[in-house]
Amino acid sequence: MKIIVTSIFVEDQEKALAFYTETLGFIKKHDVPTGEFRWIALVSPEDQKGTELLLEPNNHPAAKEYQQKLFAEGVPVTMFGIADIHAEYKRLMERGVTFTMEPTKMGDQTIAVFDDTCGNFIQMIQE
Amino acid sequence: MTWDRDALFKALSDSTRRLIIDELSERNEQTLFELTVRLITNHDLSISRQAIAKHLSVLEDAGLVQSKRKGKYRVLLFNNEPLKNLLEGWVE
Repeated sequence: MKIIVTSIFVEDQEKALAFYTETLGFIKKHDVPTGEFRWIALVSPEDQKGTELLLEPNNHPAAKEYQQKLFAEGVPVTMFGIADIHAEYKRLMERGVTFTMEPTKMGDQTIAVFDDTCGNFIQMIQE
Repeated sequence: MTWDRDALFKALSDSTRRLIIDELSERNEQTLFELTVRLITNHDLSISRQAIAKHLSVLEDAGLVQSKRKGKYRVLLFNNEPLKNLLEGWVE
């Protein structure tokens, strides 16, 4: 068994698609209409056959509550790996991304947390 | 403003709570998540977020920690005002 897709809830799929592709730099792999919403899956340019990230609408009330409660305390919903966290931090800051945690050394790793503007905090990690 | 001395001494009596103050005085306006990460990594503590939240409520009761909303999230701030005249009368 392997992980092929992982999903995060977003408030607005169109806005999320723009942020995740234009600002973060992921590539759109699937964009299929599914009734009211869309099946939007992204991949990393570094690993286009790798795990897909699904931008899932948070129209269920439980999803909204889950997001809001984690967000209030600054808890990230998922984690992206990065080769050079300081360079990426600088690049994203210049593009107006808000960080709640600047690159912070944590044992052998360095982590940082930013706001994806879609209701989530995302953690970046450099190992 | 006068502060509750019993609440202050109670808050200061615990080493984890003093570490929380150390962390917040070093870097103010942390989210609960960030504070947790810093406590665990900088001080090798094994502590749950729930336990930290309990310590924070003791610190908040004493007026040493305050929180403010930043958009949809909450950040924690250290307030040193209650400490300023705490030992007045004993220390000339």
